[in-house]
Amino acid sequence: MNVSILLIILFVGAFATYLAGDKLASKVALFFSLSSLGCAIVLLNQFNAGENISVIHQWINQPNISFALLADGLSIAMLLLTLALTPIIIFSSFENEYKNAKAFYALILFMAFAMVGTFLASDGLLYYIFWELSLIPIYFIALIWGNGDAEERKKAVIKFFIYTLAGSLFMLIAFVYLYQQAGSFLLEDLYKLNLSSTEQLWIFLAFFLAYAIKIPLIPFHTWQASVYQKAPAVGTMLLSGIMLKMGLYSVIRWQLPIAPLAAKEYMYIFISLGIAGVIYGSIVALRQKDLKKLLAYSSLAHVGLIAAGTYTLTIDGLRGAVLQMIAHGFVVVGLFFISEIIFRRYETRTMAEMGGIRSQSPKFASMFLLLVLASVALPTTFNFVGEFTVLYSLSQINLWFAFLGGTTIILGAYYMLKMYQQVMLGETNTKVFMDVTFKEGFALVLILAVLFFFGMYPKPITDLITPSLENIITQINRIN
Amino acid sequence: MNTLIAIIGLGVLCLLFEIFDLRKAIIPATIIGLLAILGLDISEFNSPAAYYNNMIIVSKFSTAFSGLFIILTIFLVALSHKFYEHQQTKISDFIAIKIFLLAGTVAMVSFGNLAMFFLGIEVLSIALYVLASSNRLSIKSNEAGLKYFLMGSFASGIILFGICLIYGAMGSFDVTEISEMSRSAELPVWFPIGIVLLFVGMLFKIAAVPFHFWAPDVYEGSPALTTALMSTLAKVVAIATLYKLVTIMNADISAAFQLVIVIISMASMTVGNIMALRQVNVKRMLAYSGISHAGFMLMTLLSTTNAAGTLLYYTSAYALAGIAAFSVIIYVCKNNENEDMANFHGLGKTNPLLAAILTASLLSMAGIPIFAGFFAKLFLFNNMLQAGFIALVIVAVINSIISVGYYFKLILAMYTKEPNEERTGTPVVIYAVAVIAIVLNIALGLFPSFVLDLLA
Repeated sequence: MNVSILLIILFVGAFATYLAGDKLASKVALFFSLSSLGCAIVLLNQFNAGENISVIHQWINQPNISFALLADGLSIAMLLLTLALTPIIIFSSFENEYKNAKAFYALILFMAFAMVGTFLASDGLLYYIFWELSLIPIYFIALIWGNGDAEERKKAVIKFFIYTLAGSLFMLIAFVYLYQQAGSFLLEDLYKLNLSSTEQLWIFLAFFLAYAIKIPLIPFHTWQASVYQKAPAVGTMLLSGIMLKMGLYSVIRWQLPIAPLAAKEYMYIFISLGIAGVIYGSIVALRQKDLKKLLAYSSLAHVGLIAAGTYTLTIDGLRGAVLQMIAHGFVVVGLFFISEIIFRRYETRTMAEMGGIRSQSPKFASMFLLLVLASVALPTTFNFVGEFTVLYSLSQINLWFAFLGGTTIILGAYYMLKMYQQVMLGETNTKVFMDVTFKEGFALVLILAVLFFFGMYPKPITDLITPSLENIITQINRIN
Repeated sequence: MNTLIAIIGLGVLCLLFEIFDLRKAIIPATIIGLLAILGLDISEFNSPAAYYNNMIIVSKFSTAFSGLFIILTIFLVALSHKFYEHQQTKISDFIAIKIFLLAGTVAMVSFGNLAMFFLGIEVLSIALYVLASSNRLSIKSNEAGLKYFLMGSFASGIILFGICLIYGAMGSFDVTEISEMSRSAELPVWFPIGIVLLFVGMLFKIAAVPFHFWAPDVYEGSPALTTALMSTLAKVVAIATLYKLVTIMNADISAAFQLVIVIISMASMTVGNIMALRQVNVKRMLAYSGISHAGFMLMTLLSTTNAAGTLLYYTSAYALAGIAAFSVIIYVCKNNENEDMANFHGLGKTNPLLAAILTASLLSMAGIPIFAGFFAKLFLFNNMLQAGFIALVIVAVINSIISVGYYFKLILAMYTKEPNEERTGTPVVIYAVAVIAIVLNIALGLFPSFVLDLLA
């Protein structure tokens, strides 16, 4: 068995979901996403046993393009993140009624397909195709099933689409240029290239444009908050939980090893951009009145720190970044799910209209609190492991970076707890807050279990990703 | 050669059908005939030959493009059934004209002699003039036909003048002789003038800036099926012929000529895209989008190594997406006065399949991956970067981003607006054409080597 089976399951699943009709769609989608997760775990075992689960096939002769999927620790970790979150996201939407549900769930599975492809592809062009392909389903999910005024939503979504497409087209030019030099799009051939430092700088910048928009780093973040707010809960979870990680993953997999000289030379600038995102995101989050927007800006702050970690070019930085990517993926999906649970009951996302929920639903309150604590990186949560490793790597570069990056924990605690206070505490709300249903509680408990289990015992993931990250570091340091 | 003869025979047969009052059978019979001719064309692929003192030269290039033209004609003939529902008495005229038009296109890509080339282009043009004004009770259609005729015959005149000057310089119409002589001796000054005039006339036919002014009006006024024909078949034919003319007549393109092509290509892309952003009429929008695609296709003239395959791929991708898009447009606008974007409101709800097909074809034209349009642009950019035209590629990329703006305007209209009319009826043929065209487009995207390596 090799990794292409995951792509097949998800792709077939998308069709089957569409054909299953509106009533069954959600269950069929859940079935296929769970079976792909099952396959991924089997594949993980095979990988750990030392079997080769990568694929490489010639696809187009002229120009030379292959269907190449590479499974190493890094891509398997991202794969597991995607495939674990997809069923949770699908399951979390079970209590929502969607018009034309078959298309909705089919698009979710199709998006998972494209994202898995992005994490696996080791041929530049194949990677680019999956990267772009993931944009189409999220565009329609946000456009058709989103909330708020239709005209505003249209503007936000089309801005997002054109923005990301513009960025990635420059990445495409970079790939075509690299192809001219290497005669192949394969990752290993691109790693072998000896590019001059000017060439590397241009390639680096072309990649940077694509990734900075996707991650997003300031000043390329302007699409983010409005799209998060307008997209349906599922779309926001897919975007923030998995799709952002495509950008961060690509930095580690493609940008740094292909153009290491530029990364080294301008390291301070890129780390500063990440750190600036941390501070900016935190301060703006403090002033938000809309729950989803607050979470969007907090996400901006967190990914800023992750990006800063990757640009340190140290093994700790990369490892911390990957760990934090996974942790943040789970936390942010949980938090957006919380906002959706409240919305189902109160029909609002304005925090001022909430409050006093804790006394009505203590179970919900404690789960929410645990998620908030995980999000601010309390020790014993997974986020602590990631964030601490990233901050440590930053301190190796320059203590000030660690200091400024560390504000994410302080400011994060401030705005998250303030938010919690506003949303949950206070006098008992006059509006009745129905306790969480079993399905909602189950999804939240799953997320919390992952966060706390790996928070106390991160070794399996660290062991999985470290060898491949060490390879990448060797690639980065091949020329000095 | 047999292909050309068979096509003309089929055209005559179409006329005979009317005499024997077999109008009902005309479309199925024509499609079967065209499929047989496609087979004949494929059988000629590996046997290049020259006929009638080099009047017709059958090569891989000509058979490959003829195959594409025949496939496009099959789609267009199939769509005719629904489109001319209320004009059954004239159906054989419409079909016969399309078949003769196909004969003209095949002559245009397989000419070996400039006289044959001119004959082909006139057969094509006259058929198009007739088709443009074929809705004779509509004043818009009449206007479109007249406009196209005036402008088109002017362009034909320029081409003819160019051919005369070339003959004056070389003393021959035979392209191989001309190309040999153009390399050997001192050339009289009217030879380059003739080439330039020929080039200008062809630029008019493919509607490249600054010879594009006729296109939006004619596209808008003509009946939708004729617009489909113009924007797919006629454009593809013109660019393929221009490519053949340029490569066969002057093997090494001078730097000045390259610069001209670069400027025209950039101008076509930019003007076409920016004007398209402002259109509310879908046919007009596609006319401008066609102008910008002409700019992309012109890029193939710059580096002629391996460009024929790229051009074949690009034209196939573009034309198939165009056929799929127009079959949806024909379905949506069959009862409407115009083709305004308002007619497409809510198509995603009333007819999800056709909305999805139109979306897919627009995504292909915008160059989003997995659709053939993306690979077409990729191969083109790859060729251009290899030849060192970095600035041109960057302009093209920026234009690709702009084009997303107007393609998505139509997609947004289909999915976010409420439907304003009931849409009834499921015309099987339109569905079939749209589905087959878009499936072929995606198949081209998945297996690009199949077409790309044909002309290698």
